[in-house]
Amino acid sequence: MTSLGKNSTGLQLVFTFLGGVVILFIIAPIAGMYLDTSFALVGEAFHSTEVRESIWLSLWTSMAGTLFFSIFAIPLAYVLARKSFPLKSLVNGIIDIPIVIPHSAAGIAILGILTRESVLGRSAEVMGFKFVGSPFGIMVAMAFVSIPFLINAARDGFASVPERLEKIALTLGASPARAFFTISVPMAWRPILSGFILMWARGMSEFGAVIIIAYNPKTAPVMIYERFTSFGLNYALPAAVLFVTVCLTVFVALRLIKRKN
Amino acid sequence: MLNVDNISLQVGNFCLKNVSFTVDAGDYFAILGVSGVGKSLLLETIAGLVTPLSGTITLRGRDITKVHIQRRNISIVYQDSDLFPHLSVYENIAYPLRSTKAKQLHETVLRCAETTGIAEKLQRRPATLSGGEYQRATLARSLAADSDIFLLDEPLSSLDAHARSELRSLLRRLNRNGVTVVHVTHDYEEAISLATKIGIMENGGLVQIDTPENIFRHPKSEFVAHFVGTKNFSRGYIKTVPGKELKQFISNGVPMTCLTDLPDGEAYLMVRPDEITVARSKHASSSQNQFKGTITDIAPGRLGVEITVDAGSPFVSTISSESLKSLKLGIGQSVWISFKASSCKLYR
Repeated sequence: MTSLGKNSTGLQLVFTFLGGVVILFIIAPIAGMYLDTSFALVGEAFHSTEVRESIWLSLWTSMAGTLFFSIFAIPLAYVLARKSFPLKSLVNGIIDIPIVIPHSAAGIAILGILTRESVLGRSAEVMGFKFVGSPFGIMVAMAFVSIPFLINAARDGFASVPERLEKIALTLGASPARAFFTISVPMAWRPILSGFILMWARGMSEFGAVIIIAYNPKTAPVMIYERFTSFGLNYALPAAVLFVTVCLTVFVALRLIKRKN
Repeated sequence: MLNVDNISLQVGNFCLKNVSFTVDAGDYFAILGVSGVGKSLLLETIAGLVTPLSGTITLRGRDITKVHIQRRNISIVYQDSDLFPHLSVYENIAYPLRSTKAKQLHETVLRCAETTGIAEKLQRRPATLSGGEYQRATLARSLAADSDIFLLDEPLSSLDAHARSELRSLLRRLNRNGVTVVHVTHDYEEAISLATKIGIMENGGLVQIDTPENIFRHPKSEFVAHFVGTKNFSRGYIKTVPGKELKQFISNGVPMTCLTDLPDGEAYLMVRPDEITVARSKHASSSQNQFKGTITDIAPGRLGVEITVDAGSPFVSTISSESLKSLKLGIGQSVWISFKASSCKLYR
């Protein structure tokens, strides 16, 4: 073995150890949570209507918010990938703001534009629904904190599609819209789906912004928090295990679908 | 049919300067130039991918300078990476045909695929095709689009010699069947073998547009002469000599013996000047071609001296200064020139 080889092996061992610590750091709390909870207690939590309803609420509001906001996020991602315009880097920076601000502060900010006194709040009331304390508000709060994941992934996906192929599609008589839906989107679908999964998963697990917009109806994170503050760790743990299991199952399933395709 | 008039533009390091030319229906127009001279930019301008700063482009009498890409009915074929990788060959060829009925669409795809010889690979993905098959599929898609004109951007550059030869035959056949082509290349053999008209591009401008014969025999500038790289270029026809392996090429009434596998018919001949020897008298040698002629010009060349000998047709030979002195050659003197049958490069 050469001295370089020896050095390289040594470095590899150090990196493997450091990387292993990170993996352990992620896995250990989750594994501990599962080990501390009996199957019977998880079953009991599953039979609780409150737990089931809050998990279902988290799942569908996050999915609905992701679907609804993707109508705006995906075209924006395409524009950011393809076009040059003044202050483009500022726009890219704005997109990342929800990631860096505290989510409770984000909740306060969203509340400001969704209350009855706001234009949006009043308009919603005219149309017969409200944001604050409703699934619509939860959707908005979830989407606010998670939309950067979809936009950034989709933008990178579109940027990786050769622009020449879109132009070739145009020379073959396709309209720009047809070129977008038949060339750009199918070729960028993997990063878009990754962004979609991340946005959905991140939205579903949001607590800080959601609790300010809607304490009720309770999403799963709010329900777990309430159980913890009201009755302690042992009462919150089975519901947390159940929610994490549902999240991981859906997350793994979507990733498998993506890989299979 | 296609009229490009005074097109100018600048994109990064590339520019076009007052480019003008006309392509008639059924023409095969080759634009020949070194890399980075703006050839691809010119094609993309015609296709509408780039907007010119000034000048006009008309197609079938319609000003298309500012017409959207998708309404120009011009297809462009690049060196590679043209096919949509997520679609099969069939779907690629069918891409321009979305509005036709299913049966008609299927028949058109098959017809185009058969014309270009890709019908056996219709279910394949582009990534699994060889270079030649890939370009056949691309051409089939352009045929399906029923474009007024095909713009080809170095379409043969990434192919091996065998595939290149086959693709040339296909392009010739498509052109004979009425497809109008503008083809940019840096390969003069490719241009000669395909084009009915050649434009030489230098520094973003077309410096000479003419038939292949005139371009090579009468280069209008030093650049053209240097770029085309040969002085002995003539048009004529190949004739089989019964019972012999070697064939005859007759140009301007001068019969030359050539080693070629091309069939009889019209062709272009090129002989490198350094493969033509000059002697004061006829002598026994293995050279099949020996002609008596008169020296009409002696000029210093890039290497050695270039001697032009009129032997029914003008022949240019490159010899060293020492040979010029030792043979005591001068203008008006009678000499013998000779070159081997294998030195005759024939193109069609």
